[in-house]
Amino acid sequence: MKLKSTLLTAGLIAALGSVAGAQTLIYCSEGSPEGFDPALYTAGTTFDASSSAIYNRLVQFETGTTNVVPGLATSFDVSEDGLEYTFNLRPGVKWHSNANFTPTRDFNADDVIFTFERQRLADHPYHGVGGGSWEYFDGMDMGNLIASIEKVDDLTVKFVLNQPEAPFVANMAMDFASILSAEYADAMMAAGTPEMINQEPIGTGPFVFVAYQKDAVIRYTANADYWEDGLPKVENLVFAITPDASVRYQKLQAGECHIMPYPNPADIQAMQDDPNINVLEQEGLNVGYLAYNTTIAPFDNPNVRRALNMAIDKAAIIDVVFQGSGQAAVNPIPPTMWSYNTAIADDPYDPEAARAMLEAEGVTDLSMKIWAMPVQRPYNPNARRMAELMQEDFAQIGVNVEIVSYEWGEYLSRSRELDRDGALLLGWTGDNGDPDNFLAVLLGCAGVGNSNRAQWCYQPFEDLIQEAKRTTDVAARTALYEQAQVIFKEQAPWATIAHSVVFMPVRPEVEGYIVHPLGSHIFTGVSLAQ
Amino acid sequence: MLRYFLARLLTFIPTFIGVTLISWGFIRVLPGDPIIVMAGERGLTEDRYNELVTQFGFDQPKLVQFWNYLTGVLQGDLGQSFVTKRPVWDEFFALFPATLELSIVAIIIAVVLGVTAGVIAAVNRGKFLDRALMTSALVGYSMPIFWWALLLIIVFSGNLGWTPVSGRIGLQYFFDDVTGFMLIDSVLSGQKGAFTSAVRHLILPSLVLATVPLAVIARQTRSAMLEVLSEDYIRTARAKGLHPARVNGLHALRNAMIPVITVIGLSVGTLMAGAILTETIFSWPGIGKWMVDSIFRRDYPVVQGGLLLIAVIVMVVNLTVDVLYGLINPKIRKR
Repeated sequence: MKLKSTLLTAGLIAALGSVAGAQTLIYCSEGSPEGFDPALYTAGTTFDASSSAIYNRLVQFETGTTNVVPGLATSFDVSEDGLEYTFNLRPGVKWHSNANFTPTRDFNADDVIFTFERQRLADHPYHGVGGGSWEYFDGMDMGNLIASIEKVDDLTVKFVLNQPEAPFVANMAMDFASILSAEYADAMMAAGTPEMINQEPIGTGPFVFVAYQKDAVIRYTANADYWEDGLPKVENLVFAITPDASVRYQKLQAGECHIMPYPNPADIQAMQDDPNINVLEQEGLNVGYLAYNTTIAPFDNPNVRRALNMAIDKAAIIDVVFQGSGQAAVNPIPPTMWSYNTAIADDPYDPEAARAMLEAEGVTDLSMKIWAMPVQRPYNPNARRMAELMQEDFAQIGVNVEIVSYEWGEYLSRSRELDRDGALLLGWTGDNGDPDNFLAVLLGCAGVGNSNRAQWCYQPFEDLIQEAKRTTDVAARTALYEQAQVIFKEQAPWATIAHSVVFMPVRPEVEGYIVHPLGSHIFTGVSLAQ
Repeated sequence: MLRYFLARLLTFIPTFIGVTLISWGFIRVLPGDPIIVMAGERGLTEDRYNELVTQFGFDQPKLVQFWNYLTGVLQGDLGQSFVTKRPVWDEFFALFPATLELSIVAIIIAVVLGVTAGVIAAVNRGKFLDRALMTSALVGYSMPIFWWALLLIIVFSGNLGWTPVSGRIGLQYFFDDVTGFMLIDSVLSGQKGAFTSAVRHLILPSLVLATVPLAVIARQTRSAMLEVLSEDYIRTARAKGLHPARVNGLHALRNAMIPVITVIGLSVGTLMAGAILTETIFSWPGIGKWMVDSIFRRDYPVVQGGLLLIAVIVMVVNLTVDVLYGLINPKIRKR
């Protein structure tokens, strides 16, 4: 085995050539992947290294948009009752190979069934492999949604659902739905090393995994048999793991990498002024918010919440906290998402009116807490500073604010409590481009005591989002979500703060890189100018 | 000497048990539930939470959890990372050579430069050279590692282009790990330029990591040398007409080295602490960064296993120092 591995490595070295010679794209990634089986994990860093590079899904998000386009399925049909989704699979798709595995067949329905059944069925031989924590699959309650998965023939698979679920197709494009090889899994199980599917991945994607040196480098080579013509465009892909943003910047300047994610907001201006760096940007599919606890007086009164919202100077927050790289949020979903209601106007910044409104509701000498997250997130680069600005804003209308913070795990835990004292800063980055992923997860009744930090369960709103979930017609869903946003704005369980802009600094020789709104880093269509 | 060694070795047992308990307890004392941290903003349902509590064994009494851990440790099983699902042992030994290589080079730099600076300062007591060296040592000791590392990167990698910004070797070099030590593996690989690349990548991180121990060693050497230089036997040696270099180097330094060796031994702990920052800044794939990431993720098995292994290493180093101490000073081993 060792000899075989060494020979393979030698072969791959020859294939890789030198970085200087072959077209090698170097991406200074921000961290190490947790593993290479995307269904086991939730971190974007892991998905970049696994699902985006190595795997495909039945349907995929078109790079740069949240549109769902064909992937390993060329098309799909939905039954009239919305309970059956039949996927027609792409013929002739080749699996990668490695030192321990050479595929004997192309991708087929068995692989789709293996991919989902291992997550769904507790008695599946692979259910417990890798700790058996299928965080997205379980978190999205897919196990209860899917009644069965049937192989119609080698190139046709039917999913039968227990209830209609319009976001189902978008869910199938998510990273946890990356298709793995059943044949490879069987081979590794027979060899007594089932965990290898997580350590030495085999996929159908644009890049073939070569090697991973923990916390240092991940190497890939182009998949010569990739099913999308002309892709990928570079011969090799290297992830140079560089956790510190300032060091990533230095490496980009020195030409030690071509693309870097997550620049320090303070460095962006200098990067934009640097002729050797192009700064690409895209509105992120995210929202930062201040969630009141709507079950506790006086925050159970929508007028009080709206009055407080009117006292927040969002323009100052965008300038100071986001350093201009964000836009004030009006609705709980970002403007790039379908069904965004453009007819809704934001609450005006009007401290005088806010003060009058509070007095009209009989609220005087109000003291409250604002919780500031201890971590930096794209939707909130500096929660402490944001809280301080809000403290000043609220002081102007006679509201006394105490800022509190906890260690991140404690923050997440305490913020879920129903009797939480205070309004908290948090946010969300979308998973699949479907409005349900924001409105139901963050504001639905099922999320109270969990992901719904406002503890807000408002039946007229709930009825709309549940109906939208059961409706497959996009126009009808759009109308329902638009109406839901109107109710949200009237009821104001949150102060919507901002949607951030995502910046991606690249070297000038990088061509074809598209910043993806869902936060994935995708290199399939990227080339390097000579 | 053997008796002295065995006596020192016996102190290992209670220390080991204490360290096992502390490393196990430390991460559990910190606020933050690993399951909640893993779930992030999305959160998870009560049922799912309870499932994971059972899966990770958190539903068992603390004493049972510790007993399971201790019996595992005694059988060489440190558990499996919650995050990567890989054995802690495998992860540690995949990363440890990188930290060890960096630490060895750093300690060599710190000892050679620190002892030299200390001797020069002592011999030139009160003069400009003494003040300049000791002020530099104080600055080195006080400097924030993070800032110092970034400064060196900006000057030597960014502006001058003399050294690479980060990593262990140029990305064009790719070979299987044999020893895990890049300086050795690069030679074994036979790839032209690989060794030079590995050396160039080591320069800045090892200098940064050496900074604090270097300062401490320099100051300790100076004061130990000054004490020894005022001894009667040194005056006698000088009166006999011995060459000053022989007096300072052979007679004075040898005796001054006893406290210095203690400081070098203690510096190993400092190096481990320094490695955390150094490794993060220089993207050095060692155990320092691995531990920090694991603390933030509340990855209990990694934190407790990693701490235990680091503690054992520090204990072994200190034991070695004690033995060396005995070799240098016969009075100690006879006590």
